Amino acid sequence: MTKSNLPAGISLQRKIVNKLMTILVLVAVVLAIVPLILIIGDVFVKGAPAINWAFLTAKPTAPNLKGGGIAPAIEGSIVMVGLAALISIPIGVGAGIFFSEWSTSKLSTVAGFLNDVLTGFPTMVLGLFVFIILVLTMKTYSAFAGGFALSLIMTPIIARTTSESLKLVPTSLREASMALGVPRWKTTLRIVLSTGKNGLLTGILLATARASGETAPLLFTAATSTLFIKTLFQPTASVTILIYYYALSSVPNWVNQAWGAALLLILVMLALNLLVKLTIGRNPTKARTAM
Amino acid sequence: MQFKLRGDTILTILLAAAALLIIGLVVALAAELCYIAAPSIFKFGPGFLIGKKWNVNKNEFGALPFIYGTLVTSAIAIIIGFPISLGVAIFISEKLKGHQTFGYFLGTIVDLLAAVPSVVFGLWGVFVLVPLLRVYLERPLNHYLGFIPLFAGKNTSGFNFFSAGIVLAIMIIPTMSAVSRDVLNAVPNSQREAMYSLGATDWEVTQKSVLPYARSGIFGGFVLGLGRAFGETMAVVMIIGNIPNITANLFSSGYTLSSLIANEFGESTGLYKSSIIEIALILFAVALLVNVVARLLLWRMSRGIQINV
Repeated sequence: MTKSNLPAGISLQRKIVNKLMTILVLVAVVLAIVPLILIIGDVFVKGAPAINWAFLTAKPTAPNLKGGGIAPAIEGSIVMVGLAALISIPIGVGAGIFFSEWSTSKLSTVAGFLNDVLTGFPTMVLGLFVFIILVLTMKTYSAFAGGFALSLIMTPIIARTTSESLKLVPTSLREASMALGVPRWKTTLRIVLSTGKNGLLTGILLATARASGETAPLLFTAATSTLFIKTLFQPTASVTILIYYYALSSVPNWVNQAWGAALLLILVMLALNLLVKLTIGRNPTKARTAM
Repeated sequence: MQFKLRGDTILTILLAAAALLIIGLVVALAAELCYIAAPSIFKFGPGFLIGKKWNVNKNEFGALPFIYGTLVTSAIAIIIGFPISLGVAIFISEKLKGHQTFGYFLGTIVDLLAAVPSVVFGLWGVFVLVPLLRVYLERPLNHYLGFIPLFAGKNTSGFNFFSAGIVLAIMIIPTMSAVSRDVLNAVPNSQREAMYSLGATDWEVTQKSVLPYARSGIFGGFVLGLGRAFGETMAVVMIIGNIPNITANLFSSGYTLSSLIANEFGESTGLYKSSIIEIALILFAVALLVNVVARLLLWRMSRGIQINV
């Protein structure tokens, strides 16, 4: 829509306002993108020098020593996100199928609404909730509590993306299957679910990405540690919590390692998000439920 | 026949159970928070919300400085972030109407901001943004506009309401612009064509026929962004300075509801712990309200026209 589309007799004031707003909109785009470039750029520049073999495989050192690594935190993050995925995939996918295929029931409407509300919830509050029900009763911070807290963040995301992608499965497929005498449960599991499985995968990837970057829900559930874990029921380190403590430590070696850990995290997030964008191609609506 | 029915029943029960778990979670969340916060609720009553003192040794707890900090930082974030988000949405859905690929690419880039973990925003804020803001924005503002109380502060550490608000603005832009973008894309083209046929300029079409049509959806995105700003913890706790303050001066250190929880919950006991849980309860109530309002607005919008937000 170039300027030549405009009628000839248009007043100067309207032309100027039109031009001005175009410029303002462009300025907004620049202001939105510059921070992203700055953040990614800074994390790469400051993080890359910190990454080496010891960084990925060794335990942290005392503040007055050089070297050391963040391996226990990497292990803790993987264990907790994995545990969270184990809990949240069955529940999230189940609830998602229910929202989409049983959408006429009252329960589906109410639960679907609360599910959406949960996706926007302060994650700090979810962490405190898990502290109350798990950490207080088991009397120890643990990877189990941390994983459980992360599952509270993943479940609503998986449920929402599942139901959105199943809604895109054409009704005619369901009708064709039912018309052949296939019962509803088999139609749902074999036909609907397998047609919508790309969307499902997207949801799981997005939820995993989101959980990998969470800090607040782990503060009072998994807490922190400098050791590798032997069981799921002991305080556990994670990459995000490590960044938080190291960034505020004012120990130069630790601050550098915080940048290295941030780079690691960003790379994982970018990889997962690009994977998602590639799987779903050009249908942008589904990719955003993660927020 | 018998078997088919049984299969259907079992699947329905299993799936309904998963849905019930989600309702149960929200109920349990509210119940547990209320239960643990009870001692503080009974001791301080509604005065907790307007109490200005937070004195652990004297067992005096009031939430006002933290509520104030949360409101001020969120307000800064919205004032800066909302126009930018709307601008991005207008650019992608109106200006790039004929260039879908570039629009999609640009949308993806902005979406990626949402993928940056908040603790990384915090790290970047502490070591990069705060020093930059201090030198290039806060000092000049203080120097030239210091007569306005907002910019009067002499605290130049850079860890203050203003910096925290800016970081929050960057963090909520993807949420708000993504929602606005979907909503603008869902405005029927006949709306635009009708305006163009009357001889309107591009901006007049956007301003008079597209934006009013998308009003409730855009407001939904606004409220969602606000909700995100209210609840954000890690980036804010690292940048705001963590000193309870109620002052008009934006260059003063502050404290928010969620950063109080992050900093003090760990070592708290008794009434102190109960008061912090009451703070979490306030956050819970506000988040519930904000999200319910936003979702209702977006649901209403998406019923009328086909979109999924």
